[in-house]
Amino acid sequence: MADILTYVLHYEGEFNKNSLGAVSEATARAKEIGGESHALVLGGDDLTDELCQSLGAYGATKVFRAKGAEGLAPPVVDAMAKVIEENGHGYALFGGGLLGFEIGAGLAARLNGGVTMEVISVRAEDGKLVAERPILQDSKISVSRYKGLGIIIGRINAFETRTVDGGSAEVVDVDVDYSEWSNQAKMVQRGEQRGADVDIEGADILVAGGRGLGKPEGFELAEALAKAFGGNSAVAATRAVVDAGWYPYAAQIGQTGKTVSPKLYLAAGISGAIQHKVGMQSSENIVAINKDANAPIFEFSDLGIVGDLNKILPKLTEAIKAKKGG
Amino acid sequence: MSKNGSAPAPSEFPPPVDPVKEFIKQGLDDEDELIEVGVVIVGGGTAGLACANRLLQLLGDDPELMEKLGEVPVAIVEKAKTCGGHNLSGAVMRPGPLQELFPDLSREDWRKERFAFGEVTKESVYLLTGPKTKLRVPIPAVPNFKNHGNEVVSVSALARFQQSQAEEGGAYVLTETSATQLIVEDGKVVGVRSGDKGRGKDGEPLGNFEPGTDIKAKVTVLAEGCWGHLTGAAIKEFDLGEGREPQVWELGVKEVWKVKKPLDRVIHTFVQPWPLKVAAKYGQLGGTWIYPMKDEKTGDDLVSIGFVVDLNYRDATTSAHDLLQTFKTHPLVKDILDGGERVSWGAKALPGGGYWSMPKLSMPGALLVGDAGGMVDTAALKGVHHCIKSGILAAEAIYKNLKGEGELSAYEDAVENSSIAKELYQVRNTRQAFQKGFLVGSLLAGPSIMSKGKVPPGRQEWHRDDAEPMFLGDTKERYPKPDGKYTFDKLSSVYISGNATRDDAPNHIRVRNQVPREIAETWVWMCPAGVYEIPEDAPEEGTVDVIVNYTNCVQCGAITAKGGRLTPPEGGDGPLYRNT
Amino acid sequence: MKICVLVKEVPDAAVEKRIDPSTGRLDRSGEKNLNPYDTHAIEAAMQLREGGAVEVDEIVAVTMGPESAVRALHKAVSLGADRSVQLTDDALAGSDVAATGYALSKALEKESPDLVLLGQQSDDGECYTIGAVVADHLKMPSLTQVIKMDVEDGGLRCERQAEYGYDTVQVALPAVISVGDAINEPRYPSLKAIMGARKKPLETVGTGDVGIESDRVGEEGSQVDCGDFHDPEAKPAGQIIEDEDTDETVEKIVAWLEERKLI
Repeated sequence: MADILTYVLHYEGEFNKNSLGAVSEATARAKEIGGESHALVLGGDDLTDELCQSLGAYGATKVFRAKGAEGLAPPVVDAMAKVIEENGHGYALFGGGLLGFEIGAGLAARLNGGVTMEVISVRAEDGKLVAERPILQDSKISVSRYKGLGIIIGRINAFETRTVDGGSAEVVDVDVDYSEWSNQAKMVQRGEQRGADVDIEGADILVAGGRGLGKPEGFELAEALAKAFGGNSAVAATRAVVDAGWYPYAAQIGQTGKTVSPKLYLAAGISGAIQHKVGMQSSENIVAINKDANAPIFEFSDLGIVGDLNKILPKLTEAIKAKKGG
Repeated sequence: MSKNGSAPAPSEFPPPVDPVKEFIKQGLDDEDELIEVGVVIVGGGTAGLACANRLLQLLGDDPELMEKLGEVPVAIVEKAKTCGGHNLSGAVMRPGPLQELFPDLSREDWRKERFAFGEVTKESVYLLTGPKTKLRVPIPAVPNFKNHGNEVVSVSALARFQQSQAEEGGAYVLTETSATQLIVEDGKVVGVRSGDKGRGKDGEPLGNFEPGTDIKAKVTVLAEGCWGHLTGAAIKEFDLGEGREPQVWELGVKEVWKVKKPLDRVIHTFVQPWPLKVAAKYGQLGGTWIYPMKDEKTGDDLVSIGFVVDLNYRDATTSAHDLLQTFKTHPLVKDILDGGERVSWGAKALPGGGYWSMPKLSMPGALLVGDAGGMVDTAALKGVHHCIKSGILAAEAIYKNLKGEGELSAYEDAVENSSIAKELYQVRNTRQAFQKGFLVGSLLAGPSIMSKGKVPPGRQEWHRDDAEPMFLGDTKERYPKPDGKYTFDKLSSVYISGNATRDDAPNHIRVRNQVPREIAETWVWMCPAGVYEIPEDAPEEGTVDVIVNYTNCVQCGAITAKGGRLTPPEGGDGPLYRNT
Repeated sequence: MKICVLVKEVPDAAVEKRIDPSTGRLDRSGEKNLNPYDTHAIEAAMQLREGGAVEVDEIVAVTMGPESAVRALHKAVSLGADRSVQLTDDALAGSDVAATGYALSKALEKESPDLVLLGQQSDDGECYTIGAVVADHLKMPSLTQVIKMDVEDGGLRCERQAEYGYDTVQVALPAVISVGDAINEPRYPSLKAIMGARKKPLETVGTGDVGIESDRVGEEGSQVDCGDFHDPEAKPAGQIIEDEDTDETVEKIVAWLEERKLI
């Protein structure tokens, strides 16, 4: 009843970062309620013993491995339902990500569980787990308590990845009798990258530019900085500059554009008017560079620099390149 | 005059629009393409809905006629998402006409329905002499501000209530629908055409383009409010303004606040010498209101506060939005709002010409009600009850006309013999003198009010708002820097108005894009939503470009008074007022 | 093919969302509108019908909601649905996403659709994939975040956004598909369609009519208790640096970023 089963997504031989965060979270919470942290993976031959055992580094003591089509939700619902029914887990946990929502919701239906999405924190209370999630555009926090099986789906980047010393996981193969309907969907092609699209919603680091950039060419500074950060970084824009044609609509953040919550949101030349704020206010770290000391963005930024972005951005780009490139 | 001696008037740079050619459609579409209704009412505000409410009451007792009118006896065309979404007023309302419209409702019922907020039991009038000082003006000296027994209401909330009544009575309320053209056939109004949806930035049809539809009706009621779109075209087409004074306009900007301690009275203030200027060259005139509102359901204490400025002014830097923020810095207001929270904001223009400026109220096939007919008493700040009364009278004239028992034009006499004309007649000459300057105006306004309109005699003229020569003055120096908590900038205000406009919608505002700086600045300061902008690198003097951020527009209508023209954007766009 | 489109009435985007202190739930007294994501679902159904690759006999709009939800159904019908079904019952009030999904699935069972379409999220619950709950109860495959859908090989070829990019999935019917807003540009209803909507059949059903077990819905039947709210932690005030020596400033920024493991 106190064991937690975490679904771990993988792709091309690597586990998803948010899933690893979820396993870490499960490990910490399971300890508090006297249970164990287990994981479930579903896929093909690329799920080697070695790969699965490596989840022990995050505190999982058992990894249930099922053979099946990866990247689709219904088969995972079948697999998790079976494992939970046979082993009596009290909670199912998912890291942030689109597939997790689908699986978690389906699992709630299958096992009559209570499900909470967009969870930002989990804690132990009287031997049970309690989850918190923001609602009403992040203006309030709602607390979820479960009557039976608790299904907790984290928000993107909500759970931090932590390793434990000397952890090793036992791999247990599970034979799943897939439902008829689980076989009705076939993955034809998975994970196609589309270069032209700007995926700002999934980025860890966003460098956003506004009117303060001065001219469309100003975005070259933002792009250089994003490139220096490397990894999962992208460039975003305010509505004003998108309207003016300086940058494409796909990169727009704000009331009528996209809402994002990256680990780092660096706003250059953006005043921080509320129409933009609502699109990025839940970013983990907000850094703002603006020459106007009275710009509203400084009221909610974590680090604010009052200065000329034309001087700061290029130097910052160089400094970061140096740190990363060694 | 500006430093270089120039003082252009907006009327010298008329907007690129031909109302008759563009907004009057000659002839209906084919039968199978159009929709046919009994009576179509353009505008789901106080007046339009009052007309619908009364008409449906009459039809409810006359099933034979109701059936003759077909499937849709009464249709209301409303461009906002809901009736009330674009309505805004102070407001302290004289109760008579609403009681006449709904005799079974008590004033307690009004408050339970959440469109009324209490009877006025106390009132005060002040003259603001400086940023921290004021003088009390005894009520007997300003009887136009006596409000005992009146009710504080929200026209936005009232419209929602009236809408539900109209629907219960059998009306079809077509929200998110604009009426872009008046359809005329053989010199008679035969209906209206609804607006297109799904056009892009340059007017080009997008993938989901849906053209408008002709709505054929036996009678059309234009209830579009302040200088309505079709009303303006109708006035030109049917010469409804002949022999009348030109209309003049005022712009009101309003906020609703949730406050810690309840306000116990209704307050009005004169705002000269502060924050408006007294000197005649500024051409300014305005006033404010502060009204208490008690929300029956939540128990919240609210306050409605607004600043109204006549659009006749000459100082281009006059900004109603910023004047309201300035007014808030006065201790009189701070005392009331401190510790509170702003919950609503909005802006709306209103017709200020009064009796002599009212257009002819009927034309073949159509009638004008409410603000579209210019029925506002700006001396007492009262128009809501006139809107309701005109709606009732229109409904009664229409009913008789549909039964073959009278002409539509009988409505004009009905208005002339009603409380509407009687009250407006008394103040018909009261305010014109203010166009000559605040001091002159004050000298003449008092006696005019005291004598109930006996003086001055004859007919006082109005000068058009857009004919005033503009100069770059210094009114702007009084505006506070917004702190985002108590005083606000235009963008934050637009945000809480609930303004939602499609990013790639076409531009619905007609103005010249290149005008002298004085005119451009007039627009920049005047617009409460920050629609107009002058590029940073524009020259200090001479002709400048004007950027139009039309997606900010809250459709207040002020631009139409000062050199531009507001046309209705796509239905559903614009603010979503709740309790203004 | 019979398509059922699940629609929901939600508070209008412009209305300030708040908790009603007297009920502990979302205050729904303001303006309401058809959930914008659902308009994309209806449009997708219409495009399947107009595409001609498959014969669509009926498009039925289905909603679970109180009296006012009828407006959402009218809107759905004006956009092209042939008729609508309103599931309403006092017993359903307070249902969480799992209970709601269960209730809807029972209403859908009665309709026996070949395809169920819905918008991938709603503005008010801020939950995603009630479709997955419905699908499991109906014993149909579920696919969410779909942004392209074509008829192929007797089923549907769908493209959807996922963690690693775009997936292409072939789904055999019957199925439950949740669509994203990128899938299409919904049409505007013509005035004729709007006014004609009221004449289309609207069936109202209660829990008893579709076999919903009352102890599985409502507040009692919901497995999550989420009536406890509080304000989020106030963010600590940020640091401000005035740039005088840019090199020094940049050093400080880099140190700050490193401290937080951002580089």
